[in-house]
Amino acid sequence: MIKRVVDFFGDEQYARPRRRLFYLVLVLIVVADFLVIREHAEYLWDSLPGWSAVYGFVSCVLLIFVSKFLGHRVGLMRREDYYD
Amino acid sequence: MTDFIHPALLFILGALPIPFLSGSVRKAYLLLIPTLAILAVLAMEPGSYGEARFIGQEILIAKVDKLSIVFASVFTIMALIGMVYALHLADAGQHVAAFVYVGSALGVVFAGDYLTLYLFWEGMAFASAYLVFAQRGGPAIRAGFRYLMVHITGGVILLGGIISHGLATGSLLFGPIAGALTNGGMGVGDYLILAGFILNAAVPPLNAWLTDAYPEATVTGAVFMSAFTTKTAVYVLARAFPGTELLVWLGTIMALYGVIYAVLENDCRRLLAYHIVSQVGYMIAGIGIGTEMAVNGAASHAFAHILYKALLFMGAGAVIYVTGRRRLTELGGLYKTMPLTVALYMVGAFAISAFPFFSGFVTKSMVIAAAGADHRALVVLALTMASSGTFLHTGLKLPYYMFFGTDRKLEAREPPRNMLIAMGMAAVLCIAIGVFPQPLYALLPYPVDFEPYTGSHVTESLGLLMFTALGFVLFLWALDPENTISLDTDWFYRKGARAFMWLAERPLARYEQVVSNVSETAALPLLRGAARAGLRLDLAGVDAVVNGIAHSILYGGGRLRRLQTGVVTHYVLAMIVGLIAATAVFVVAWR
Repeated sequence: MIKRVVDFFGDEQYARPRRRLFYLVLVLIVVADFLVIREHAEYLWDSLPGWSAVYGFVSCVLLIFVSKFLGHRVGLMRREDYYD
Repeated sequence: MTDFIHPALLFILGALPIPFLSGSVRKAYLLLIPTLAILAVLAMEPGSYGEARFIGQEILIAKVDKLSIVFASVFTIMALIGMVYALHLADAGQHVAAFVYVGSALGVVFAGDYLTLYLFWEGMAFASAYLVFAQRGGPAIRAGFRYLMVHITGGVILLGGIISHGLATGSLLFGPIAGALTNGGMGVGDYLILAGFILNAAVPPLNAWLTDAYPEATVTGAVFMSAFTTKTAVYVLARAFPGTELLVWLGTIMALYGVIYAVLENDCRRLLAYHIVSQVGYMIAGIGIGTEMAVNGAASHAFAHILYKALLFMGAGAVIYVTGRRRLTELGGLYKTMPLTVALYMVGAFAISAFPFFSGFVTKSMVIAAAGADHRALVVLALTMASSGTFLHTGLKLPYYMFFGTDRKLEAREPPRNMLIAMGMAAVLCIAIGVFPQPLYALLPYPVDFEPYTGSHVTESLGLLMFTALGFVLFLWALDPENTISLDTDWFYRKGARAFMWLAERPLARYEQVVSNVSETAALPLLRGAARAGLRLDLAGVDAVVNGIAHSILYGGGRLRRLQTGVVTHYVLAMIVGLIAATAVFVVAWR
């Protein structure tokens, strides 16, 4: 069973159903976020449905590109033999 | 002492027979001691044990309360899991080191005074360093020495703080530092103690020892290391510095710092090590916020973290054990041969990413909620962003490049059964805590008034995580690991040590050479000549003059003595001659 689940995420032959499932999950999550009850919203964004999806995506993109900028442009990334 | 058996004692004394046991007896013994320790913690009653006086100070070997029990529980459970994972090892040294390490960590958790704490604190540093040295090979030995030197420095700072704190307050009992809550109310000693503690918690810029040493440790050693040192530091911070404003910001920065570095990392265990920095950031921030809910969140997150981080280290360790490779650029396609490892690793990845029904969800969210309840919007946003980054790396990037991605056709198989069982134990706990958080909540130091499973919390978390996954899918091309290492604050002492050695070997050694040359070729002969001349002068000049004068006086004295004849007519005659001579002189002078 575990092997089949793992294969589903690895094998090229499941690429299409995998992608469909992924987008379906994304849509369901956003729809669900519009439906849930928000009792105590601490901040403005807490009351916005879909906020966390947007924030998650933006965070992910920011983290990738800010880090790579620091690595390549600022010079944090060095050759492996840097300390040798 | 009947209702309290110190679990530290079990481990430290229990380590002694290990080298003399072998085969299945040793294996049974290695599992027996952690099991007994778990029972000892379960049976423990809150109170003070082992009070004594030493060099005029109150000593309290063990102080048991809810906070220490939470940490002791997870430490002993982790010791058992770690031992199962390491069961196939023949190397008794590593088992002994692991036992002493766990025992010392438990010693710190129960320490009621700073002297006891300090002794166990140093014990941890040395025992854990062995787990790095045991890997052997140049890089591990060098990393081990750096690790040891950083921790000894930290220990000296801590000791300085303890002494100064003791002098200022008159007591070495370990407890909340007065003035930690009010800004600026802490003395120099208190700040030194804080510095010693946050060094072990790997708070930037004092974090680099962790990401330097953990990836170099043995496969099984790294599992123990990921669990104990930083979490012991979290414990002592929660005990001594709750509500220290500085910690809120350090923790928040940490959470993002680790995540940013993880993007750049190519070594699988170093990537996970940067996520320790990030996750401990949540705990530090929680302690800094200091409300009951925040301290609960920090303690429970430490509990959950130990288990899922160990699981992740065990998964990466299994890959290293089987393939002998640790760089993501050299790994890939292992899902076919190691499906169980993949699945178990992913449980840890979901737990650290705080997916609903996994342990991180019920603990990490408590810290974030506590920050929200304390009206710290910026902290909430930063920690939420770090959550996204956590899933991005440990849940997506690392497994993708390690297990899926480009198939490197590596020869691989599932790791030994004991490794899989240990991972299974940790995975079961990660899910159990996520599904039934109440037993963990009941262990926490304060009553818990927090419900993780609300509709909005679940959809918000899923939204955050799955849209992070969308970002990952869309920008996968930018994430490819590169054959690089990243500069961190260890640059200062690695390059600093090199500069120091250069200074010692080149300019200083040369200066010394020049000085010794000058002294040998010029100064010494000159000094010798001067000494000889002095001797000659002394013998021929000074001695001659002194002897000559002495001789003349002796001779003159003899002549004078002869003048004294004792005959009155001689004297009269002399007087007359004198009178005539005086008169002659007078007449001549008068003229």
